[in-house]
Amino acid sequence: MFSTSLAAQDGDPVNGKKLYGVNCASCHKLDKRMTGPALRNVEARLYEDEGLDRAWLNAWIKNSAGLIKSGDAYANKIYNEYNKVAMTAFPLLSDQEISDILSYTAAPKPVTTPPPPGVTNVNPGDQTSNELILGALALLFALLAGALVLVNKTLKRFADAKDIEVAIKEKGTPIWKAFVQNQFLVLVTSIIFLLASAYFVYGLFMQVGVDQGYEPVQPIHYSHRIHAGENAIDCKYCHSSARVSKHSGIPSLNICMNCHKSIGAVADATQAEGINEYGVDYNSEIQKLYKAVGWDEDTQQYTGETSPVKWIRIHNLPDFAYFNHSQHVSVAGVECQTCHGPVEEMEIMYQHAPLTMGWCINCHRETNVKVEDNAYYTKIHEELSKKYGVDQLTAAQMGGLECGKCHY
Amino acid sequence: MSSNKKYWKSVEELNENSSIVEALQQNEFVEAIPTDEFLGDKESLESSSTSRRDFLKYVGFSTAAASLAACEGPVIKSIPYVVQPTEIIPGVANYYATTIANGYDFASVLVKTREGRPIKIENNTDAGTNGVANARVNASVLGLYDSLRVKSPMKGETAISWDTFMSETTSKLNGLSDGKEIVFLTQSLPSPSTNKLIAEFKSKYGRVRHVAYDAVSESATLDAYEARYGTRGMANYDFSKAMTIVSVGADFLGDWQGGGFDSDYSKKRIPTNGKMSRHIQFESNMSLSGANADKRVPLKPSEQKLALAKLYSYVTGNSVGSENLSEGLDAVVKAAAKELKKAGSNAVVVTGIPDVNAQTVVLDINAYLNSKAFDPETTIKTRQGSDKAVMQLVADMKAGKVGAIIMNGVNPMYTFPNASGFAEGLAKTDLSIAFSMKQDETSTNCQYIAAAPHYLESWGDIEMKAGHYSMMQPTIRPLFDTKQFQDVLLAWNGNGVSYRDYLKSVWTADILNGASFNKAVQDGVFVTRSKGNNGSGVSTIESSVTQLKDEFVTKTTATSINADGGSGSVAALSGGNAARALATSAKGSAAMELTLYTKTGLGDGQQANNPWLQEFPDPITRTSWDNYITVSKADAEANELINKNVATGGLNGSYVDVTVNGVTVPNVPVLIQPGQAKGSVGIAFGYGRTSNALKDEMKTGVNVYPLYQNFNSVQEVSIEKVSGEHEFACVQLHNTLMGRGDIIKETTLEIFNTKSKRVWNKIPEVSLNHIETPVTSPDVDLWDEFDRSIGHHFNLSIDLNACTGCGACVIACHAENNVPVVGKTEMRRSRDMHWLRIDRYYSHQDTFTEDITEKDDTDGLGLGNYLVGDREGDGSLSTFSRLEDPNDNPQVVFQPVMCQHCNHAPCETVCPVAATVHSRQGQNHMAYNRCVGTRYCANNCPYKVRRFNWFLYNKNDEFDYYMNDDLGRMVLNPDVTVRSRGVMEKCSMCIQKTQKTILDAKREGRLVKDGEFQTACSSACGSGAMVFGDINDKDSKIAALKEDDRMYHLLEYVGTKPNVIYHTKVRNTSKA
Repeated sequence: MFSTSLAAQDGDPVNGKKLYGVNCASCHKLDKRMTGPALRNVEARLYEDEGLDRAWLNAWIKNSAGLIKSGDAYANKIYNEYNKVAMTAFPLLSDQEISDILSYTAAPKPVTTPPPPGVTNVNPGDQTSNELILGALALLFALLAGALVLVNKTLKRFADAKDIEVAIKEKGTPIWKAFVQNQFLVLVTSIIFLLASAYFVYGLFMQVGVDQGYEPVQPIHYSHRIHAGENAIDCKYCHSSARVSKHSGIPSLNICMNCHKSIGAVADATQAEGINEYGVDYNSEIQKLYKAVGWDEDTQQYTGETSPVKWIRIHNLPDFAYFNHSQHVSVAGVECQTCHGPVEEMEIMYQHAPLTMGWCINCHRETNVKVEDNAYYTKIHEELSKKYGVDQLTAAQMGGLECGKCHY
Repeated sequence: MSSNKKYWKSVEELNENSSIVEALQQNEFVEAIPTDEFLGDKESLESSSTSRRDFLKYVGFSTAAASLAACEGPVIKSIPYVVQPTEIIPGVANYYATTIANGYDFASVLVKTREGRPIKIENNTDAGTNGVANARVNASVLGLYDSLRVKSPMKGETAISWDTFMSETTSKLNGLSDGKEIVFLTQSLPSPSTNKLIAEFKSKYGRVRHVAYDAVSESATLDAYEARYGTRGMANYDFSKAMTIVSVGADFLGDWQGGGFDSDYSKKRIPTNGKMSRHIQFESNMSLSGANADKRVPLKPSEQKLALAKLYSYVTGNSVGSENLSEGLDAVVKAAAKELKKAGSNAVVVTGIPDVNAQTVVLDINAYLNSKAFDPETTIKTRQGSDKAVMQLVADMKAGKVGAIIMNGVNPMYTFPNASGFAEGLAKTDLSIAFSMKQDETSTNCQYIAAAPHYLESWGDIEMKAGHYSMMQPTIRPLFDTKQFQDVLLAWNGNGVSYRDYLKSVWTADILNGASFNKAVQDGVFVTRSKGNNGSGVSTIESSVTQLKDEFVTKTTATSINADGGSGSVAALSGGNAARALATSAKGSAAMELTLYTKTGLGDGQQANNPWLQEFPDPITRTSWDNYITVSKADAEANELINKNVATGGLNGSYVDVTVNGVTVPNVPVLIQPGQAKGSVGIAFGYGRTSNALKDEMKTGVNVYPLYQNFNSVQEVSIEKVSGEHEFACVQLHNTLMGRGDIIKETTLEIFNTKSKRVWNKIPEVSLNHIETPVTSPDVDLWDEFDRSIGHHFNLSIDLNACTGCGACVIACHAENNVPVVGKTEMRRSRDMHWLRIDRYYSHQDTFTEDITEKDDTDGLGLGNYLVGDREGDGSLSTFSRLEDPNDNPQVVFQPVMCQHCNHAPCETVCPVAATVHSRQGQNHMAYNRCVGTRYCANNCPYKVRRFNWFLYNKNDEFDYYMNDDLGRMVLNPDVTVRSRGVMEKCSMCIQKTQKTILDAKREGRLVKDGEFQTACSSACGSGAMVFGDINDKDSKIAALKEDDRMYHLLEYVGTKPNVIYHTKVRNTSKA
């Protein structure tokens, strides 16, 4: 308790948190074993369990390999326990900074009570008020209708009582009969009807094979919203082959593990948001990844048992259409979102564009070719600009509408 | 005025009293249709379980279900790697250098892999050891995905595990009774590491014999070379250094001495500075070399021997005695000798006569001439088999002296002349193991089949030529449970390392001399010494006369020779005797002489299950899916053998029984071959396989290995006509050009050098306002010219001088463009799908020029004379019917034809749906998904290069070739659409490749370099005949070729302005 209070006294936990994030977090968590051990109250625990003091900790942090080499018993024990991976040495951390970090680790674990499942945190009041207003309105209208009926009845009774004859309107030809008898109208209507149905049938047929909005349930609930949106990871970090290949590529699982080796669970707020808004338990989805890639979280090692993920492909171009991602991404510098929509807002990926030929062609007609700083285009651009008398050339003017550019 | 004419529909009407006529006037049918019998039978109708309403329900439901199912898109799954290998990016091809060495074909190649799958073989241009990849090497990638491969080791008919295999074979090898030998019967294996392994095996087990065996033997060549130079191998020839080439029976543009000489040959065939090489060919069968020769002399094999002996005598001045040649032939040989002497060291003589003396004589002549092209120092090692050793082995096997036989890469039960004798010997061995990819003729007769990997799954090393080491590396993980021969050898030797590590240690210790192993693997080739320049660095070689085989008649007096050709030593050449012996042995006989040869497509037959090669039309006969006996026209007439074209557009031919020394091969189809020497016939090896290693469709042709007695490819033969007609799948029925010199322009070197271009390469002219105007002029053009000066404008140049007709481009196109295989029946209907064909034309007169003269000299129609059967007159009817027949010894020309990508394309204007349109880059596009299959375009194409998908050729059991199984489809190029039924297709000028090149340049922000643009055919072309590029790049090779004087367009007068250009063929003949 002495040392804890000491650390609490001489360290600055706010600065410590900052330092911890920069230096320690990639291998250590406060309450969970990762590449290295959990660090909550590490100083106190070391002192109580092993009798090791601040000096030992300083030595370990600044040069753990040296400490191990010197034959220190506990250092070697830790080293062996954690797969003989020596901790990175931090010789540049000053003693003050170390005590800042330790004071951060000494902070008591915050008590979080996760909201009981099933209860939504949407304000119940809003819903009630809406229903009330609607109910009141309905009642009002009902009253009005009732009043009218009553008035009518009363008036009739008056008329009876006073022997006033109410004029009865003579019935003419019903409107539908008149319509049928008018051949011109029938003709016009049927033409309009035929045209309208042709329009809709055409529209229906043109939708065959167009899967815009296709949003299949994937084997792992992967949220582009969190990765590309909240965390702002570049698309091409995972879909790296889009730079050089015709395929954007579905990232292999080792790419996921670059981050998820350290991220075994999402933040509590995110988890709650997932359960409440999207009905998904993000943490269990991460577990699915671990299972697929064969990662044992406890030992922090790969087991070698893998089961590749069978993603369901969303964007399916027909075989006779050739599309090359690198042409658009690397050469033209087109944003991924141009075709794939607001991916950073999509909880579940869906097909944003219709992927029809008309859609492709439209873009080729409207988009200017990015010729700047590309020696390939210098001469062609100059000659074509002269020919067409324009400064900016569209993909179409460059030959981007020719059949054989995409069909071979 | 009304007509009194009576029309009648049948003779019955002429009979006035016919009851039938009466009945027909009243009713439609003579008899009442018995509908009541069926409908009236209420009982059967009611008892039927299916009522009309039910029927309609079923129809309605199934239609609705089918249409609903069609609306639902299939769910496509994508499965990424768990850990992606760093070198693989989906969608980007990787290339690996490796080497094919299957005992018959040897070449350094680059393998294109996509997503880890090898899909195409390309040339390793940096290697250049053994020429370039030929048609068979290009097609070899398909063998990897052969659905009939052995998938695990087998004991008899049952699959076993490798553990069982190893333990059983090891104990059997150790338990062999004393005195019995272990024999390795392998293909020619010039592999340093494998030979070392076998040596280690020998030291462990003792009593081990290693016999190398070539299905098609080069034993005579090897013996002659060994006797002269002490090592077993063959002399190397560099035809790029030869200005005068005389070949006596050597098809050196084909598979002679392992092949690979054609690219060097072509270098000197293109006239530069008024010079090109001169090639004289003496041969019996019409071969690729004969077809390319400036002068071809058809000779029976026995006459060839004498001619060679005389040639020796005329060149060296040594008399060879013996009988004399016929007068005409003597003059020809003398003239050839004169030319050789005149050319001196620029001349070279080669021969393919399977006779040690003949081979020795050639070594002598070349040494005498001090030929620059002749390089005995860089020994070719790709053939090692010895006939004697093989025959000894069979004798020993039959005698029960062989305890165990281990075979690798050989199929003696098919390729052996006496297969039953081999089988008898095989039965007497205690242990027989065949390393094989197939359950073929041999492996099924062995106790164990060791499932061997394809060469694209294997490690290995090959010393193709002395000092030229090639590396073989796997390009894919083994598809099946296979182990390569060397790995099993290591296990038998008790060596725990893998073959890859062993290979590395051998290379590091013996070959690399400090160089990097990884670099060698990456390059695929490692050369320890530069190519020796003959005549300067060759030391005196002790001729191992004492070791000469006893049948080697030349008991020479020479003890040493000096290949320097230094003064004095020449007279002492052993060949003086060899030539005399050769002359003596060349006793002409009246009997028919057979020359067995190998076809460009199938070679020795080990790739017979390869549909690309089966469908590949032979460059000479243009016939696919068959072998046949080639006979001369005179011999055919004498034996009443016929070839005829039938109404369906197919070629039919007679059958003969072929007998050699009492062995008869029955029912061999006859093909009349222009240029075949009278009194000689030829049949190709490689066909007629019957084992289950082949799909039924591939079991074509006849097996003539039984005629290959004593491994001698020249045999006396008797043929006898038998009944029946054979149906050939021949894709070219018109054999001559009919004097149409504008299809293939050609001239002689003399005229080419002395006259202006207007004489020998005149642009056709048409009359414009009574003024002759060249068709290229815009004034006579119907069309407005489109401006193609901006961006790329692709042209493909084809030099008819350099093209040898080897067909590598045809197979490369097959692989690159997913061209389907249609099978023999469809080929016979001219429904072949090859995007690229190589037309072969024969001359009617001695030369094509005379054909043109004959055509131009026609006078009137000559109908009267024609009708009375006169074919000699000069009326055009008689002349043209005459011109259809090729000469007995014609000039031959090859012309690769693919879509000409016309700038004014006739196909484009007739397409009703605009499925074929033109691009700014000069390519004629074909949008398959737009095509509705009217075939107007094919009808309107003057070059007949469009191909129609009459059927669905993939996933269709009617076309059970590689596209019908999952394994075979792995070879498909993912960048090219697989076409469906009912659409037209054609050469795209490899637009997927040009687009990729452009994209790479764009991504790297640079201009495209000259030579970067390639089509599949141009990159497969080793002879330099095909050059592809962008003519808007004024400094490019293609731009220069376009301006070349020899340049012309095919059918220029049609005015299509093609983007494929041809170069006038120049023949090095004095005769015009």
